[in-house]
Amino acid sequence: MNLQTKKHLLDIDCYSKEEIFQILNDSKIMMEILNRKVKKIPTLRGKTIVTLFYEPSTRTRISFEQAAKILNADVINISIKESSSNKGESLLNTVLTIQSIKADIIIIRHPHSGAPYFLAKNSEVPIINAGDGSHAHPTQSLLDLYTIQNNLGKIENINIVMVGDILYSRVARSNILAFSKLGANITLCGPNTLIPHEFLSNNHLYKNIKFEPSLKKAVKNADVIMPLRIQLERQSTGHLPNLQEYSKQWCITSDIVSISKQDVKILHPGPMNEGIEISSDVAHGPKSLISEQVTNGVAVRMALLYSMLNTEPNMNLEE
Amino acid sequence: MRPILIKNGRLIDPAQNLDSNKDLLIENGIISKIEKTLTYPDAHKIDAKGLIVSPGFIDLHCHLREPGYESSETIRTGTAAAAAGGYTTICAMPNTNPAMDSKIAIKYVQEESKKNGYINVLPIGAVTKNRDGKELTPMIELAELGVIGFSDDGNPVYDANIMRQALNYSTITNTPIINHCEVLELSKNGLINEGPISTRLGVKGIPWAAESIMAYRDIQLSKLTGGKLHIAHVSTKSTIDIIREAKESGISVTCEVTPHHITLNENILLGKENYNSEFPSLNLSSYDTNAKVKPPLRNSFDVDAMVSGIKEGIIDFIATDHAPHKFLGKNTTLQAAEFGISNIETSLSSTLSLFHNSQISLSLLIEKLSSSPAKFLNISNIGNLRKGSKADITIFDPNKIWKVNYNDFYSKGKNTPINGHEMKGKVIFTIVSGKIKYEKGNLYD
Repeated sequence: MNLQTKKHLLDIDCYSKEEIFQILNDSKIMMEILNRKVKKIPTLRGKTIVTLFYEPSTRTRISFEQAAKILNADVINISIKESSSNKGESLLNTVLTIQSIKADIIIIRHPHSGAPYFLAKNSEVPIINAGDGSHAHPTQSLLDLYTIQNNLGKIENINIVMVGDILYSRVARSNILAFSKLGANITLCGPNTLIPHEFLSNNHLYKNIKFEPSLKKAVKNADVIMPLRIQLERQSTGHLPNLQEYSKQWCITSDIVSISKQDVKILHPGPMNEGIEISSDVAHGPKSLISEQVTNGVAVRMALLYSMLNTEPNMNLEE
Repeated sequence: MRPILIKNGRLIDPAQNLDSNKDLLIENGIISKIEKTLTYPDAHKIDAKGLIVSPGFIDLHCHLREPGYESSETIRTGTAAAAAGGYTTICAMPNTNPAMDSKIAIKYVQEESKKNGYINVLPIGAVTKNRDGKELTPMIELAELGVIGFSDDGNPVYDANIMRQALNYSTITNTPIINHCEVLELSKNGLINEGPISTRLGVKGIPWAAESIMAYRDIQLSKLTGGKLHIAHVSTKSTIDIIREAKESGISVTCEVTPHHITLNENILLGKENYNSEFPSLNLSSYDTNAKVKPPLRNSFDVDAMVSGIKEGIIDFIATDHAPHKFLGKNTTLQAAEFGISNIETSLSSTLSLFHNSQISLSLLIEKLSSSPAKFLNISNIGNLRKGSKADITIFDPNKIWKVNYNDFYSKGKNTPINGHEMKGKVIFTIVSGKIKYEKGNLYD
């Protein structure tokens, strides 16, 4: 392991192709550690990791916490409700406080796009973006890449279909950058109101992106189908007539899965609205990698924390 | 009052088509002589060799924040900043607390600026009580006090009937209604221009149509009532097209543009190293809250349309929309940050870039900063260098190279998206009624 990571992970576009593959390789080693009987290594002993979550989250926060604990780091979890933070301390003062207690890394989730950039600009502490507004969720991208690499053996030239609320999805934004960079063919599928057409214009960051409103057509040659969570409030903002109509057109059901390739894989970043964007039988069926994604998330985050915090020249993987 | 003799300067006065090297004498606060060579032994002499001598700039749209928001700006600091920016008269928007919707509020600004202001301040009254869009203010009473127009700026006058009545009622006093055009349902939660940049940053955008739809409505209402309509801070090509058509058909409409909407585009939000590439990776200078403003910075096509609008005469003048904010108003996330740019001190330098790029002439720029606003105000003795006019004069060096540093701002608002930028051109002297108020970095009461 000789990864030279950037100081912060703000979005997947911080990383080159090579750096992404390096993390995926490191994650394999971490997966081996995760599968040990005694899953603990002393690598990050004495390091303090702060999770600063301004939005409720279960899977991302416990995934980071588990990753940090296996590496023997100490974890401080802070949850702040956005509404009360307005009355309380400013985001600026909060990050300065965390810096002053000698935290070694801050993992932030915030409902405002760009919040991790604001933290990174104002503190010395390395920042990991655990999801900011509709902007980015780079560790989700890394674990999705890892999961696909692990199951399909490659990312280049695979056909991936992202379905649903692309407009508001930070997972979609990071994944579009990541998969596009690594040469996958991306099809965006969903109602026009939720698909920003800017992704379709060809330029050096967004390549191989198509739009296909019809789910049946979109999944035809899919290697991977990735439905995104539909927020209930899209109805009141006029993006959708109602969830029933959405579901009728864009729910990933076993009928839809049967149209696509024999060995198609289903991913979902969670949390799922079963019966709305994905049917329960598909979510829990044989083609679903959704549980595996969660496990892989821990390994990927271990690799990431290790690369950002380890100061020893050689990795100590001893138990 | 000691006379001032400005020697060897290049006098540019668009109001009288003047552009020549002449001396100018100020006596008793009035421009008394303009001749090829003047001598006056007792006068205070200003050597303006290599400098432009221009009518003092007039800003028809700025926010002084007082009363109510003195931690962002005061009449004292705002007029200091304006003097440093070459302005001799500025018009204060009424979105204070309390709003400028009553005689007492207007009187406060008038008296406070007489007492503590460096330059002249003319208040703008609110269209509706408390700027909440429901009931008209006592417009005749306020006009008699000297407000130069009415606006609920910051908010649009949203109710079409109230806008109609305001335009109709204001014909009694012949004062303009200045509207901030924004269809709120379209701009709701929007932070920046809607387009590739908002998609890339994952923030809600404000579409161009949010502005032009209301501009069109207001123009129709002006046609219906005959009321004088002024559209504040235009930013999109579509709005310019609508105003062009209205002007051609004789409707009483004018409009203004800000320095930032003719010199900056939305790409600045991608971050410093990214101005010229379409979708590079974001960096720590991305999401600059200082570039968050209403209307939002638009794309380069819109910026080009603004510059054409100036050249064509569709845009009547440049107004700053100087919007100072306190530290925490901008030192937060893009979403939590306030809208607005502090720019009255950089206005000339920014807009001079259009002259240096050969996009507009120096004379046209000066016209848009001085004589056109004076014409809008219907005041004949400012905004020109005629003999007998008030000696409100700005002297600037069009070629002086300097760097913007917000720590040097007189304004309390340090919120500039061009901090650190190298500028070409700077105000050297600001003279108000024959008194030097600003000279090479120093202010004088």
